[in-house]
This record gives sequence, structure tokens and C-alpha cells, in this order.
Amino acid sequence: MKPASATVNLKLASILGVANSSADPAQLADYEVDRVRPGIVLRPGSAAEVAEVLRLASAEKLAVIPCGARTKLAIGAPPQRYDVALDLTRLNRIVAYDPGDLTLSVEAGLPLVTLTETLAEHRQMLPLAAPFTSRTTVGGTLAAGVDSPLRQFYGTARDYVLGIEFVTGDGSIAKSGGRVVKNVAGYDLHKLLIGSLGTLGVITTVNFRTFPTPPASRGFLATFPGPEGALELRAKIAASQLQPLTLEILSPELARIFAERTPKLPDDCPPPGPWFSTMEWTLAAGFGGNVAVLERCARDLTQLAAQARATNTVVLGDEERPPVWGRLRECIPLLLDASPLATIVKISARPAQLSRLLPALQQTCEQRGFPFVALTRGVGVVYLALLPWKSDAEEIRRLAEICAHLHDQGTILGDHVTVPWCPTELKRRVSVWGLPRGDLDLMLKVKDVFDPQHVLSPGRFYGGV
Amino acid sequence: MDPKIDAKIIHELEHLLGKDAVLSRPEDLLMYEYDGSVEKARPDCVVFPRITEHVVQIVKLAKRHQIPIVGRGSGTGLSGGALARHGGIAIAFTRMNKILEMDYENQRAVVQPGVVNMDLTCAVQHAGLYFAPDPSSQKACTIGGNVAENAGGPHTLAYGVTTNHVCGLELVLPDGEVVRIGSKAPDAPGYDLPGLLVGSEGTLALVTEITVKLTRLPEAAKTLLAVFETPDDTAQTVAEITARAITPAACEMLDGWTLRAVEAFIHAGFPLDSGAVLLIEVEGLREAIEAQAEEIINVCKLHNAREVRVARDERERQLLWAGRKNAFGAVGRLSPSYYVQDGVIPRTKLPLALREIDKIGKRHGFEIGNIFHAGDGNLHPLIMFDLRDPAQFERVVACATEVIALCISLGGSITGEHGVGMEKDRLMPLLFSEADMALMKRVRDAFNPGLLNPGKIFPTGKGCGEIRVRPMPISSAAPTSA
Repeated sequence: MKPASATVNLKLASILGVANSSADPAQLADYEVDRVRPGIVLRPGSAAEVAEVLRLASAEKLAVIPCGARTKLAIGAPPQRYDVALDLTRLNRIVAYDPGDLTLSVEAGLPLVTLTETLAEHRQMLPLAAPFTSRTTVGGTLAAGVDSPLRQFYGTARDYVLGIEFVTGDGSIAKSGGRVVKNVAGYDLHKLLIGSLGTLGVITTVNFRTFPTPPASRGFLATFPGPEGALELRAKIAASQLQPLTLEILSPELARIFAERTPKLPDDCPPPGPWFSTMEWTLAAGFGGNVAVLERCARDLTQLAAQARATNTVVLGDEERPPVWGRLRECIPLLLDASPLATIVKISARPAQLSRLLPALQQTCEQRGFPFVALTRGVGVVYLALLPWKSDAEEIRRLAEICAHLHDQGTILGDHVTVPWCPTELKRRVSVWGLPRGDLDLMLKVKDVFDPQHVLSPGRFYGGV
Repeated sequence: MDPKIDAKIIHELEHLLGKDAVLSRPEDLLMYEYDGSVEKARPDCVVFPRITEHVVQIVKLAKRHQIPIVGRGSGTGLSGGALARHGGIAIAFTRMNKILEMDYENQRAVVQPGVVNMDLTCAVQHAGLYFAPDPSSQKACTIGGNVAENAGGPHTLAYGVTTNHVCGLELVLPDGEVVRIGSKAPDAPGYDLPGLLVGSEGTLALVTEITVKLTRLPEAAKTLLAVFETPDDTAQTVAEITARAITPAACEMLDGWTLRAVEAFIHAGFPLDSGAVLLIEVEGLREAIEAQAEEIINVCKLHNAREVRVARDERERQLLWAGRKNAFGAVGRLSPSYYVQDGVIPRTKLPLALREIDKIGKRHGFEIGNIFHAGDGNLHPLIMFDLRDPAQFERVVACATEVIALCISLGGSITGEHGVGMEKDRLMPLLFSEADMALMKRVRDAFNPGLLNPGKIFPTGKGCGEIRVRPMPISSAAPTSA
């Protein structure tokens, strides 16, 4: 595919003016996706400008990758083509906030941290404690489909996004949903956009329902000699009346990384403190409520942990929580920093499958000389990090071999295996989205409706979409 | 579209499904020409598949003969979603009513679409679980219907609507292909197709199997009845409960007219001389609900509640809820017909909206009762009228349109849980731009080139005159003197 011509770049630049477009190689380097460099970067200031760019891109058959703070562009397969980087960080307004109604409307390029601060003034929150918190944008977080520890209680973005305005690949501004907390008018197209990795439309405005910040919160840690005890406690909590806000299980090797590292970016994640047992498995839970509720949760959790034969339990107060909480939220960037070839495999399973899945994954890793670094969310999602020390072709070969094995084994023991984060070299040898299932044809139909010319992020998504 | 269902096709269907699974005599079809709305449209035949393969064969046959098809559960829908607007075959899923799997460990159940909502809860509650969406019709409505309409209910305030509780579907596409989307495990790769399908009102595919999440039953619940002199105080209370970020499991409002209608029928204990009541429920840990109930009582008193009663036992609690859930039936005793709206508004606008709706009713000369999910701003104004008088029907449609226009002007929506169907299609342009609807239509056309549930959601361009009038509504069988 030939790159966009200089004439086309001129046309694109004329839409937004020189100030908001650039073909400077130094700047373009910052927008590379899997080492593919765009020909131009555009920074639209409105949905109308986004639409104009996409109409031209459709006419000229250019490939456009929308982005925010560019913290998650490594997710997905390498782009088939990439002409235009569409930087949405100028779309950064809070459009409306009605604290009394617990609803909020923001532009896609708004930094998540600005949103969090605004809500905090009204003791409200968005349960979107996404990684790269200090930099990431609202739109990028949604489009990349990353999850957060808070999904244990609050679900994922699809459960609290009320509506989205977006621009389709052919440059039409459309919306679905609305601003009210309950609404069944029209199709929920916005749900398709969440996690679509910029392949269906460019998100320009998002409406959320917000949540009250719990009056107080606590953390709870319990340690176990092996994964069985931690999983038993997970099952006991699931069968109890307790509704923790977060629930994760850390392998000892993950705890070691947490104990040794502090995330580079966020300033709300203090040094580790003595909270990570590097020899044992840890179940970490967070819970919120009034004082009576917190006391009850601490009491019940301690009791359940004892029944599951925990070697130690500790309740974390406001002072002790941030080092643990911050690392759980920033787990992905911490792991990516831990190795030059960091590869993160995501395995989704039904929770009851975990008791077979985790030992099998551990064996797979250890047989191949990889330490078993795994974060397991209580809902049944395992992030398994493969962290070679060296960076050479042999390591890529080893990674490719274990990923292939995990694809086979993981789909037997779990339901879905994907490789959301890995080096570009590995992407040529590993299918990052796994084998397509019977639902791919429907997804291709959806793609063709939203983006008939395949202008948006071609090739990066599931099934080569 | 002009469906040509002749004896030969009926015979083919009988051959496929058995004679007892096909209805085609006019007197049998009468039962299937309506749902819970004011709409009416008669199918040419009704079929009762038992397994997915039956559905595949029916769909293929319909495609071969170019006959429209529409899925149907128990017919409790309130927007005409399951009506055969252009005739053809109604596929009634009521015999596909097996619970296929109860997976307690993973808190999932796999059901056929014809399973009645309440039956699933009954089947799993011995394990301390239930299916959270609880539409008022839950004793009759099917989970397939809930999925099609993305049904809500009083307790969806805290637990979310149907879409938040569905994680996988088996579909039969309009060409007869069977596709599974989503999964029991979280985060199926690719686009969130279950998110698109749930609430698509049976216009994209027929759903033949549903994987749902099960929710743990709370250990404690407290049900409060707050009694007010005026609807305005009641609305202010709801706005403040929301603003203080207290999240009850349910927060329902009945205005004076409605609560008197209900009381005469159910004897739930609503004070007859009050202006409005709030039925509020808090659920969860014992330690949490005590404090919540106390704060709610304080807010009620702050806004001049005459009294706040706490249900003393389960019997009293059930009685209060019976009052709420049977309200529409009770209203049927007092008015020959009623037209229920389903608009949504931001909670902060509730007091204003109720005052305006009252004015709209007065202007059009109709009594409007309000009984609704106040906690999430989902209004259900009931406009009382007499369907037997065609002039009244035209005025009631005008009145309802004004109510909906009001909701939209306040930043709301035309429907919170009942769906667009064939009732509100003409209102869609008030909410969505041409581009919005063009995209939605393209999505529909990509899934469904035209035979599946035609004439729904999108405006037909024929205007209100086309709305079907039921000549003698079911409710008129009851005495009409109030």
C-alpha cells in the first residue's frame, strides 16, 4: 500500500490549519504503532473536524488510527496501513456534569485524571481505575477496552457508559444511548465502540453515570502457600454476603515485582511498604461502606480466610492502602517496565475453572524457565506476564513457543486467550487475538456498516478487522 | 410486503413442528394480535418451536416464501414489539421454556428464551441466587422477551437492567444460520455483540438460548413507605436522595390518583388521603441498610413527609410490592383505557417534570396518573381515556407526544424500558438525528434484510394515523364506573 501523497497531506492539513497538523518526522515518531509511522498527525478540535478528516480519508482510502495519550497503542495486531494519526487530546472539555443526577458528559480526549478530580469535588467517582491513570484519556481507555480492579463490583465500562457520540469511518457524526441512567431507545451502538480499538468509529463524547465514593474504604490481604487456598477464599467470598469492590490474586513472583517496583508515572502510588509477600500467594480485596460495614467485612473476611487456611491476614487502613491499590491499578505498566520483551497474555475463564487453570499455567511457565507472574481478577480474568531478561531472537522464539502453547492449553482450560501486550516482533509469530470464533462474520458485517472503506485502524483488531 | 400464507405453507409448518404446534384459524390467532400496549396486528399463523433447529427451519421456510416473521414471548410487551405488524408468522417461544443449566459456582444460568422470568429466580433461589431484572410482569414475561426489550423493573435502580445481566446468546439469524455470541467467561474477544443484541427488539436476530448472570440474594432488606401531602414534596425527596448519593435498591412513586386506584383493589395500606407515596427498598448487609434507611427517613421528613412506615415483616413487604406491581391492573378497573408512557428524565428535573405533566394533562382534558421508577427518573404517566371514542384517541396521542417532548427537552429519552416497537417509532426523530438513525438502520439491514420483525423502531413515515386502535380494550370488561 502506498503512503499518502504530499498533496493529500496538504489537503488534510488544510482542514485543521498548520497549528494542528504536523508532518515533522520527530513528532511522527511519537505516533508509531508497531513501528509503523504515519505520514501526518492531525489534532482536530471538534467532532465536525474529525468528520471532515474521515470523509477525506475515506475518499482517498487512507488509514487513520485515532489516539489519545498513546499509552495503549501497543495493544492489538500491527496495522495493515497507517497514514494519519488522529490525536484527540484537544477534545478535552467536560461538556456537562449534573452531580445531583449522577451523570456526566465529557469529550474523549479529556485526561481521566481531570475527570476523577472533578468528580471527587462532589464525592463521586467513575469506577474506571484504568492503568496509566495519570496520562490516559477517557476515549482511549474505552476504545482500548482495558479493565480495572473495580470491575469486581462495578462491572466494566459497558455497564456505566450511558451514551457515546462518535464519527464513523465514512465521516458521519452519530450517537447512540443518551444522558439518562435508563434508556432503551434505539440500538446500543455505543457498546460496540467500547473495546473496539478504534476500528468502528472515533469516539468524540462519552456520557457516564457516576457513583458515590464510598464513605470509607479498607484493604484486606490474605496469604497462602499455594493458589488453592487463595482460590478457596475467592469462592467463599463469592458465596457470602460480602461484596468487595476489588478482588485479585497475586502469584508470589508478581508480589515480588510489586515489592521491588514503583510505577514510573503516577504520583499517587507510594513505595511498596511491607505489604507484599514474595514467598506466598496473596488475595487482595478492597471494600467500602460505613464504619459498621467495614468492621463487618474485616471480621468476616478474616474468618473466611482462616477457614481457607491463610497463613496471615491483614486489614489495610487509609494510610496503608495506596501502595497496594496503586500497584494493582498500574499492574500492566509495571509489568511492561519489568522486561524489554514484556508479553502479557490474557486468559478469560469462568471462576470455577481457575483451580485447574492456574496450576496448569504455572507448570507451563516453570517448565520453560519463565517465572510465574500472574494477576488473577476475581471475575475470572488472568493476566499472565512473560518477562524475559534478555532481548534477542532466541527470547522471541521462546515467547512464540509458550504463547502458542498457551493458546492451545488456555482455550481448553479457560474460554479466551489473547495477547494484548507484546513486542512487535512477536506479533508476526503469534495471533494476538487468538483464533476467530463463529461470531467473526457478524463482526465483519458490523465493521462494514461503520467503516465501509476500512479507514479506521485496519488490521489491528480481532480476526484481522 | 404481502405475505401469502396458504394451506400449503401451513401444512409445511405442521410437517416441521407437528400439528399441535401451529395455529392458523382466525379464532386462534385473535389471542396473538395484541400485547400489553394499545397496538394491534394479527399474524397469519403462530408456531411453537421447541428447539433451536425448529427455529432454523421456520426461518428458512419463511425466507423461501418471503414471509415476515416475528418472535414472541408471553405478549406482555408495552410497545408492540412482538406484534406481526405486516402479518406473517409469529414464532411463540413459550414452549422453549427449559432451564438448560444452573451453574451455581460461576453464578450463571443457561436458559431457553421462553423461560418465565420469575421461574428462573424460583429455580435458583434455594442456592441463595436470583435473576435480578424484575419487570412488573415478571410472573408472566419471558427472559427472551426481556432480552429483546432490555427490560428493567423496580430493582434495576441498584442492579442494572437486562443487558447488565446477559453474557452470552445463541442466535438464529434471518437466513437461518446459528451463531453464538458472548460467553460465560468475561471479555469475549471482538465487538460486544450481546451489548448490541440485547434491546434490539427482535429486529436483528431471533434469540434461542441465553446465558445470564445470577445475583446473590441480599441477607437483609428494609421496605419503607413514605407518605406525602403533595407529589411535589415527593419528587423533591427523590431528587435529594439521588443527590445525596444514597442508592436504594428500589425507589418507586405512586401519586394520589394511582394509589387510591391501587388501594381499592389491592388493600396494600396506602393512605387514601395522601398526595403521593414513595415505596423505597434498601438491601444488602444488615449494617449498611440500617444507616441507609435512617438517612432516607431523614430526607423524607426534611421534605414534609407525613409519615414513613417501615414494613414490619415479609408479609407487609410483599403487600406493599403487590400494590406497586399490580398497579396497572388496578387502574384498568377505573378507566376504560389508559395509555402508559415510558419517558425518562434526569432525576434533578423530577419535580419540574411532574408539574409540567399535570399541566399537559389538564390542557388536553385528561386525568394523568403517575406510578413510576422515580429513582432512575423513568416516568410512567398513565393517561386515562376511552378508546371507544376515536376523537379521544387522537387527543390522547397528542397529549402523550407532548409528555415525551417534555422529557426530551429536559435531556431525557422517549423510553426507559418498554422499547420503541411500533408505538414510538414516530418519536425516534425527536431523539436521534437522521445520521444516527441511518447508521442504526444500516446495522439492522446488515443483520436483517427485511423479513424479521418489520415495521419496528424506525419511523414508517405514515404518521400517527396509522396507529392501530383496539376497538374494545380488554380492560373495558371490568366495570367502568370509578
